[in-house]
Amino acid sequence: MNQEFTVTGAKVLFEIPVLGGIAITETVVNTWIVMAVIVGLCLFLTSGLQVHCRTKRQVVAEFIVKKVNGMVGENMGEHFLQVGYAPLIASVMALSALGSLSGMVGLYAPTSDLNTLLAWSLVVFVLITYNKFRAGGPVGYIKGYFQPIPVLLPFNIISEVATPMSMAFRHFGNIASGTVIMGLLRWALANLSYVIFSKLPGVLGRVLGQIPILQVGIPAVFSIYFDIFSALLQAFIFCMLMMMNISAAAEE
Amino acid sequence: MNEQLWTKAIVMGSSAIGAGLAMIAGIGPGIGEGYAVGKACEAIGRQPECKGTVQSTMLLGCAVAETTGIYGFIVALLLMFANPFIGKL
Repeated sequence: MNQEFTVTGAKVLFEIPVLGGIAITETVVNTWIVMAVIVGLCLFLTSGLQVHCRTKRQVVAEFIVKKVNGMVGENMGEHFLQVGYAPLIASVMALSALGSLSGMVGLYAPTSDLNTLLAWSLVVFVLITYNKFRAGGPVGYIKGYFQPIPVLLPFNIISEVATPMSMAFRHFGNIASGTVIMGLLRWALANLSYVIFSKLPGVLGRVLGQIPILQVGIPAVFSIYFDIFSALLQAFIFCMLMMMNISAAAEE
Repeated sequence: MNEQLWTKAIVMGSSAIGAGLAMIAGIGPGIGEGYAVGKACEAIGRQPECKGTVQSTMLLGCAVAETTGIYGFIVALLLMFANPFIGKL
């Protein structure tokens, strides 16, 4: 009962033998599980919709749609709401929140893998670039790199890449730090309960020393902050930053 | 003790020190977020009807202010668990 504490990345489950072997990790599998859960939830909430809402689940569905539409309309403006950015924001938020929370049921949380977040931030980067193109045309887009003076070109290129990168690192760092802290806590509690209970005399000490009794209940208190609160907050913040960056790109 | 072991010991020890130094970055966000939350409390005290807006803006600002600390944490995590220098020995 003195094993070392280690942090491992996602395990490779199997490989698809095309293009030199595409590794399918736990992250991919768990993301698909979370996606299936979200699709199931959507189908459940939207089945049997009526004009006059009579069921509880229709109230919930309408509440979610209204909230997201309100948020997108308030932060991005009426135009983006019409074009249809609300479903994108809602799906990223659901995927992020449920992905982070899936770590609590013992799955490897997809959001504690940097690859997931880098993929999401790639989406943000594409949308930012698209909106800059749409707002100013190709000439305006290239001109934007030479603002306010041409000497700042390298810094503008760096800041163009840094925006999505920092979003990815922020989300990853928060979820990963929560995972590391919770892992350290469980490890420490297991060792502590071994130290305390193996001192008991006779068979009692030998049996109780093998069971990490202190792990019962105590990690749950910390889990409220490190798992639930930070997961939901990061989902909210990722979406807020996404909306702000995209709408700021369109204004330039 | 042979030379290989010495080299590895020095690299691992330096990495641990580096990880510790990287976490000094945690000071900045601590001060910054504390300041932001203090100001938000003042604002809510002055205008309690703006509580919702102030709160969400504060959370967003805190998350942005946190970035430097998160960078430090990622560097520490790399040095501790995915050390790039040991592979180069």
